[in-house]
Amino acid sequence: MQSEVTKFLEKNKQSILTQWMTNLAEDHILREELMSNEKSRQQSEELLLAVLKVIASDNFKNTESQEHESVSDIISEVSIYRARQGFTPRETATYVLSLKQTLAEVLDKKFAGDARLLYESARELNQLLDSLSITTFETFIKGREEVIMRQTDEIGEISTPVIRVWEGVVALPIIGTLDSMRTQTVVEGLLQEIVATGSSIAILDISGVPAVDSLVAQHLIKTVSAARLMGAECIISGIRPEIAQTIVHLGIDLSSIKTKATLASALKLAFQMLNLEVRRGERK
Amino acid sequence: MSGKGGGFMVTLSKDIIEITREQDVVTLRNRVKELAVKIGMSLLGQTKLITAASELVRNMLRYAGGGKVTLEVVLRDKVTGVQLTFADEGPGIADIRLAMQDGYSTGKSLGLGLPGTKRLVNEFSIQSEVGKGTTITVIRWKNGL
Ligand SMILES: Nc1ncnc2c1ncn2[C@@H]1O[C@H](COP(=O)(O)OP(=O)(O)O)[C@@H](O)[C@H]1O
Ligand SMILES: [Mg+2]
Repeated sequence: MQSEVTKFLEKNKQSILTQWMTNLAEDHILREELMSNEKSRQQSEELLLAVLKVIASDNFKNTESQEHESVSDIISEVSIYRARQGFTPRETATYVLSLKQTLAEVLDKKFAGDARLLYESARELNQLLDSLSITTFETFIKGREEVIMRQTDEIGEISTPVIRVWEGVVALPIIGTLDSMRTQTVVEGLLQEIVATGSSIAILDISGVPAVDSLVAQHLIKTVSAARLMGAECIISGIRPEIAQTIVHLGIDLSSIKTKATLASALKLAFQMLNLEVRRGERK
Repeated sequence: MSGKGGGFMVTLSKDIIEITREQDVVTLRNRVKELAVKIGMSLLGQTKLITAASELVRNMLRYAGGGKVTLEVVLRDKVTGVQLTFADEGPGIADIRLAMQDGYSTGKSLGLGLPGTKRLVNEFSIQSEVGKGTTITVIRWKNGL
């Protein structure tokens, strides 16, 4: 870029920043409830300075240059930060594009008389800021994907707790879909707990499983067999009437497995199997 | 419009979901449930339809690597229903009669998906051509048995 232009921008960076912030405020994209004006200004200043450095550098065209890398890092940080604060992708993209707008306005005013110079610098600036917009977009999606991945992991863990309900009895409330990966975690957790507690009965409660298709049924059957190998008998509870009927129509045979409608009745059966009796005590 | 069992069939709403990965199974089940609830299907009817959809979409992913599901609310003889069409461009099924038998599986699973689905819905039709793909259409009527 012409040194005349870069020098002008460098000299006026503070007023450019102010102009940019004003534009943002006018377009109502500051969203103070998500991010303080103080923080916005600080981030914007950092970004503007990095952009000016790229423009002023000799290797403006070399996108691998250190200056490019640094502005890229900053824009990534800004995007991730904004994604976490809850800004929409449109708001963040608009934010970056408004810098382009501001710079165009400033140059327009100053170099109105020199069409060629104006055109050249606008073209280069556009190129740079467009590529920054793309980075914003990519980072935004990456940020969201990380959130989703983390939630997936969390769901995988919280929904498979093994509960010791009585001496010798463990219960496993299964919530959500029993896809192949989840089943693996469920089975492992259950077997470990059976060994650790020396339990002889395991109750698998499927009240929280939305649909029992043949794959889920197969996983349940496998889990029961694995528990048997460890010396524990399984009771499947929480089979709602509509699920029971559907399983029958599908043609799945659960006759070799003890099933109960509720967790309470499964526990009762477990007590029977352990020769335990629960009685109301005499009041003294 | 197509005719079967008497009157004409009218499509009241139509939606297409692309199936490419495991997570789409959950999405599809939720969409099917929405439609079944919307037309006032009983809880048992909903559960049967959702389970049927689950079987067919899993087959689609497992044997054909994905495909497209068309979800429609249809009307025939003044009765509403949910029609689901599973279309894939997978290897196809060489012997449909065999695949429709209880316990037949080339995938070491229970072999109940296709025959079970047929029992869970009110109408079931399957077309398949080796090397071209498979299309299965099912309907559950609002008050179907
Ligand atoms: N969309 C499909 N494309 C190709 N083959 C299929 C498709 N759906 C089912 N099949 C074949 O039909 C067989 C039976 O399917 P199904 O009844 O669902 O039982 P399973 O999935 O347990 O094998 C499968 O093993 C497979 O060979
Ligand atoms: Mg199947």
